[in-house]
Amino acid sequence: MPLAPFCYWTWQPFMTLWQPGISVQRLRDRAQLMREIRDFFAQREVMEVDTPLLATAGVTDPHLTNAETSIAGQRYFLQTSPEYAMKRLLAAGSGCIYQLGKAVRDDELGRYHNPEFCLLEWYRIGFDDTQLMQEVDAFLQVTLGCEAADYISYQALFLKYLNIDPLEAAGITQLKHWLSAQQLGDWVATETDTDTLLQLAMSHFIEPQMGQQRPVIVFNFPASQAALARIDVQDPRVARRFEVYFKGIELANGFYELSDSSVQAQRFAADNQMRSRQGKPQQPIDHHLLTALEAGLPDCAGVALGVDRLAMLRWGAEHIDQVLSFSARRV
Amino acid sequence: MASYSTSEFKGGLKIMQDGEPCTILENEMVKPGKGQAFNRVKIRKLISGKVVEKTFKSGDSVEAADVQEVELAYLYSDGEFWHFMNNESFEQLAADEAAVGDTVKWLVEQDVCTLTLWNGKPINVTPPNFVELEITETDPGLKGDTAGTGGKPATLVTGAVVRVPLFVQIGEVIKVDTRSGDYVSRVQK
Repeated sequence: MPLAPFCYWTWQPFMTLWQPGISVQRLRDRAQLMREIRDFFAQREVMEVDTPLLATAGVTDPHLTNAETSIAGQRYFLQTSPEYAMKRLLAAGSGCIYQLGKAVRDDELGRYHNPEFCLLEWYRIGFDDTQLMQEVDAFLQVTLGCEAADYISYQALFLKYLNIDPLEAAGITQLKHWLSAQQLGDWVATETDTDTLLQLAMSHFIEPQMGQQRPVIVFNFPASQAALARIDVQDPRVARRFEVYFKGIELANGFYELSDSSVQAQRFAADNQMRSRQGKPQQPIDHHLLTALEAGLPDCAGVALGVDRLAMLRWGAEHIDQVLSFSARRV
Repeated sequence: MASYSTSEFKGGLKIMQDGEPCTILENEMVKPGKGQAFNRVKIRKLISGKVVEKTFKSGDSVEAADVQEVELAYLYSDGEFWHFMNNESFEQLAADEAAVGDTVKWLVEQDVCTLTLWNGKPINVTPPNFVELEITETDPGLKGDTAGTGGKPATLVTGAVVRVPLFVQIGEVIKVDTRSGDYVSRVQK
């Protein structure tokens, strides 16, 4: 096929790529959305902060890639989320904080992905994940005018949709057999990474079915997918991590935050080992964060929410280009 | 062996899958905020014509298929092979029955067709969108005609059968859309 003379999702000729993807009417409502967000936190006495996009350390998570730049010969990583800097503020005694700003992730482009995107991240001191989930629920009701969310544990979710227990070895064996039978690709039958299998099942078979009427909050993710959440004391098979999904869109990810600096250091090291196994470069570790955790992170829960996706849900937009002034195709 | 990374996936890319060359129709990235990303693709198998969905782990590599498309004029059939020629270089290529398939009923001498080659060998022949063919058989009269019958069947010189309006007669040449198999118009000789 010849190169399309039209932008494939807007059906506008490429000539009009100087124009914004968002309509002026929505641009106004986007400003209104930002006001609603700031009001929501002002009412709750959560303070707005503005942390740097550039840092000398990046993210170790093997599935994320930092964009990098260089300033005066110094290498900088554009932050994939303001998490590390915000935790340093919390350790410094900031109290509850939120940030509404840009984050950048390399190699992300698609219907729900723009490499540079607007992220809302907030931390609540004295909250655990359950309390924060309720606050996210309230937030969505305010900004989307939607019904109250459903809550379901990761384990119950898999049992409900696939009748498979994701926390037991027998369940994983069952899952692998079932996934292999779906003919997605030959690699499935030989995949040894449990989380890859779980994420395949989640993204292909569960997410499209759930949260169509109202948001669904999935909590207690497997401990192997803890990221920066603490492991549950009663059930060490799970981590106090939650995700919010609505109408097929993954909207937010939250943790009852890990505050133990030595456990955090172990996770960074494990991430870097995984990177090496996958043939990816290891990342410099953020020692400022580790030192801050040593100094003492107050007991808190935090969540990051994609604001552009929130806008997509608010307007029923089909593509992220329709909610951004200028998406990656237009810059 | 040449290969493509999933980051190079896009519509039209030719890859090997299940021992068969395939073309990517759609590529969608499924990327959770935390965890493994996947490329969900819809592919058409170029030999069997089947359309299937596959999922790859993002970052994996897939063997490339040496597939190209060439425009060649149809010359003749010797019963076993259908012969085509490049109108510029006069180079000839022979396609077998499996490659020609149903296209046989739209082959008109001198018409330029699109041949899909895998490792240099034709695996598929696509006719031009419109061909002109003579009617060899059709019900001659208008007798028994009632409004809204939607025409009548007509057999063309190649054996293809298309529905034509009632006024079209044996010996006339008609223009047919090969993608739908629909009658377009009569052609003035």
